[in-house]
Parts: sequence; structure tokens; C-alpha cells
Amino acid sequence: MPLGDRALLLEAGNTADPETVSRVRALADYLAQLHLPGVLDLVPALCTIGIHYDPEQWRDGSAARSPYELLVEHIRTALPDPATLVSSEGHAREIPVCYEADCAADLPALARKLGLSRSQVIDIHSAVEYSVYMIGFAPGFAYLGPLDARLVLPRRKTPRTRVPAGSVAIANQYSGIYPGELPGGWHLIGRTPLRLFDPSRTQPSLLKAGDRVRFSPIDAAKFRRLQSEAQ
Amino acid sequence: MTIEVIRPGLLTSVQDLGRFGMQHFGVPVSGAMDGYALRVANRLAGNEYNAAALEVTLAGPVLEFLDDTLVALTGGDLEAAIDGKPLPMHRPVWVARGRRLSFGRCITGCRAYLAFGGGIDVAPVLGSRSTYVRAALGGLNGRALVAGDRIIVAGNTQAGSARASCSKLRDLPAFSRDGFAAPRWSVQVRTERLLLRPQRIRFVAGRHWEYLKAGVRAAFTSENFQVSASSDRMGYRLEGVRLESGERGEIHSEAVAFGTVQLPPDGNPIVLMADRQTIGGYPRLGEVASVDLPLLAQLKPGDALRFELIDLADAQELAHAQAVALEQIAASIEAGMSE
Repeated sequence: MPLGDRALLLEAGNTADPETVSRVRALADYLAQLHLPGVLDLVPALCTIGIHYDPEQWRDGSAARSPYELLVEHIRTALPDPATLVSSEGHAREIPVCYEADCAADLPALARKLGLSRSQVIDIHSAVEYSVYMIGFAPGFAYLGPLDARLVLPRRKTPRTRVPAGSVAIANQYSGIYPGELPGGWHLIGRTPLRLFDPSRTQPSLLKAGDRVRFSPIDAAKFRRLQSEAQ
Repeated sequence: MTIEVIRPGLLTSVQDLGRFGMQHFGVPVSGAMDGYALRVANRLAGNEYNAAALEVTLAGPVLEFLDDTLVALTGGDLEAAIDGKPLPMHRPVWVARGRRLSFGRCITGCRAYLAFGGGIDVAPVLGSRSTYVRAALGGLNGRALVAGDRIIVAGNTQAGSARASCSKLRDLPAFSRDGFAAPRWSVQVRTERLLLRPQRIRFVAGRHWEYLKAGVRAAFTSENFQVSASSDRMGYRLEGVRLESGERGEIHSEAVAFGTVQLPPDGNPIVLMADRQTIGGYPRLGEVASVDLPLLAQLKPGDALRFELIDLADAQELAHAQAVALEQIAASIEAGMSE
């Protein structure tokens, strides 16, 4: 479906379940290697892929069909049966997280609201492997899921104006990591010393859609050591 | 060539046409708010469309030229002057060293584009020289200009013909008296369209347009809206009638574009602009037709606008016509240069 006159959305499903997310990724991978002319950006999200294009590159001389129609038809013909598409594995990333007091401003209140102890929240959060559903909100900000149902809670009523870089947070069905100091309304439960976004790297964002992430708890001393190494 | 920033102005930043190919890493496109004006400025200065130039906002800077420099100014008329003498817009201008460029009030629009022959020499970051202040990317140290900054204009310039055209004028007495020289010709600009109030902004239906109540759709296309004071390069917040987004199922975050009109729960639409995030989770009323984005980008807080619904095919034809017109302008500039 169109997203204005310079972009379109390709829908892979309408529920944000792991199967749809993985179908989105497979489609995005396939589209990327097609190197479609005039396509400026491919933006995978939960259920759709945003395709930003230059309509001047999609004209057939007559005005009978719009650039949108031509590009959609080209994509339809180029895409194989969705069932045969396989998404790439994605990198497995281990993210060290300090869940101790200074790093986890919302952990005590959150645990109380959820009827869990602090260590139960930490155990549940760090027990499973997450998928990177999409990158968005800010450069390198990863939406990770699925989050264990026992940890699901809406965003804070009042967002913070400043969340420290590396904060590991949860809200709704997701966990996320703030790559820089940003405003934000998610519940802060820990902090990683890793640099999630660095424009001087070839791949500026540490995480990509499709990567698999595991959180490994570290203590405050190790956090400080790793943080000074990362500078 | 070097230009020194004496006063930075309200928000003066280095911009090119934007940082494409990085949105899947969550990196916003940024770039000029009025991409059309930037393209024309660059052509007038003998540059590629995508060269880095200065985007001047509302209250402009004071700049001192430390060398003779070729410039071109387009976009909104912000009363630019060289040592008090009006600087002609929409044409190449040679400015003599030691002269100061300053700005006054907004006569038309609110963003001017100052291109330099050769383009601003800053290192590209992730493929673009555009400044994205929120993540300190690109431009001059990832931020807007501050007093004392030095802007370096690229040495290996493509600006030969533009410079030659102007340098013929250098011996005119005008050069010594006013400190600059410019040809008599200029690019034709339809100023009256910039001044239209309420400004007419055409849009195509957005993803959730059909789900809105008929009354809400009617209000969006018949009422006037005003650009609110909390608008910036990221988005224009609009004030007017409050629009009910109504009850509907969960909306999943997904890609947004330059001109996406979102409807947050408070009922005041937000139009996403150059520094927009890569994805958004609010219902979408519409998408501003790209042909009208330059007009929208020239609206300032308090300005009135109204929206007009058009078909996607028409929006793409209008965009094409604008691209053709731009090529004609580029050709006429070439012709002007070789006179």
C-alpha cells in the first residue's frame, strides 16, 4: 500500500507475532539483494517493510501507470512464493547488563507492581533469547521480543526527559536498549556498558533486525570496568 | 575559502539532501527542509544538487567572508544583506573578502538556503553531510552553528562556470562599492505562492484515513490549521479543530515518510518533517504530496494552512512536473552562466 508519493509499505501480516516478524525479515533480505533501482531505504518493522523510492526512476514514458503501480508490479513479479523465503539467521549477541541499584532506577517499583521480587524480574528478563524485531525511535534503538508475559506493563505515565545511554528497559511486549542519552517512557531495569550506536563503525548500529540477543547479568564493578574499556 | 560565524542565528545548520540508506539502523534522513530551494541554490553556485549548504531559520546568522566567495541564496526571503546592502537572491553572487552577510525579518517563508561555490567541506557521516542535532551526527560537529565557527568551502570546486560568469562582473564599480557582484538575470520564483494564507497543502490518503469518521475527514479538509510554536525540524504540530482518531485496534509501529500526518491521542495532527524518526506508531491521516513539502517547510509558527485531498497518481504527476521544472531551471542557469 502507498505511503505517500515517495514510499510504500509491503505488508507481511497484521499481528506482531514472531512468525510475521521473521517473514518481514525474510522479505527485507530478499528485497535488499534485488538492488531495485531508485530504492533509497528499506525499513523493516513489525508487520511491514517501508520502501522509500525515487518515483522519477519508475516511469515508463507513458503516464498510463504511476511510478507506484510500476514498482508494485515489479516487486510482485520479483518476489518468490513467501512460503519459500527463508530469513537469515542473524547474529547472536550477548549483552552484559548491570541490574544493580544505580543502573536500574525503576526495578524496585516495577517488581512491586508485577508482584515479583527484584531477582525474579532479573531472572525472567535474562533467561531467554530475544529477537531484534526492528530498529527505530532513535539511531540504534532495538525493539526486542517476545517479552515474558509476567513482565508486561504499559509505559510510565510520565516519560523521563533524560534516560542514560545503555539503559535496558521494558514496556508493553518489548525490551529495548537506549543507545544514547534520550528522553523515554520505558521502565529502566538495567544498563549495559556496550556502545549500541557508533557512527564511525561500518555497521553503525550494534544490533540489526533479526539478530538474537541474550542478556547476561554483571555486577557494578564489572559494568564500570567494561564501560571504561568501551570509551 | 573560509567564512567565519560572527553570530549563529536562531538555528543555522549544514544540510544536504539527506542521509539515505541508514533508516534500517534507526538513523533519520534529515537533510534540507526545503529540498527544492537547496537544489536551486546549489545549481546557482555551480554545485551538484546534493552539495552541503547552510539552512538558515527565522533569524539568520552574521557571517564574515575571509576570502572572495561565490554564494547563492534561495528559499524564504529573510532580508539578507551584505554590509547593509540587500543581497540579490536566486542568482550567483560574488562576495568580496572582509564583507559581512546578515539577515533581517522573514519577508516570505522562514528558511533560506545559502550555497557556496564548491560546497561546504565537512566530512560525510554515514553517507551525508546533513546535521542531525539529536544524535550529534554530520554537519559541523553534529550541531547547529555557534559563534566563532569557521566554515570551510571545498577547494576542488565544480563551480568554474558560475565563477567565471560572475568574475566578469568583478571589475564593475559595483563590486568595490557594495562588496559584491551579481549578474542581472535570476531564477524566476513565484513569491505569491509562498505568501498564500491559508497555505494550500495537498495530501494523499494515509493508511488509516478510511477508518476515520466522515466528520473527521471532512474537518481535516475544510478547516484551517495553524503551525504551533512547538514545531521544529522533526515535526510540525498543528492546532485547529481537534480530530478524534476514534476507537480502533492496535496500531503497529512502522515506517513513516517526510510529510506523514500522524494523529496522536490529543487530536492535534503532527506532520513529520526532515528530522523525523524512521518509524511511528500513531494513526496516519495522510501523506503530504512531495510537491508541496517545500511550501510546508517555509511555514513558520502561527501560519495558517489547509489540506486538500488528491489522488496518488496525481501527486506523482505533480512531483514529476516539479522535477522537470527543476531541470529546466538548472538548464537556464547553465545558459545564464555562459552568456
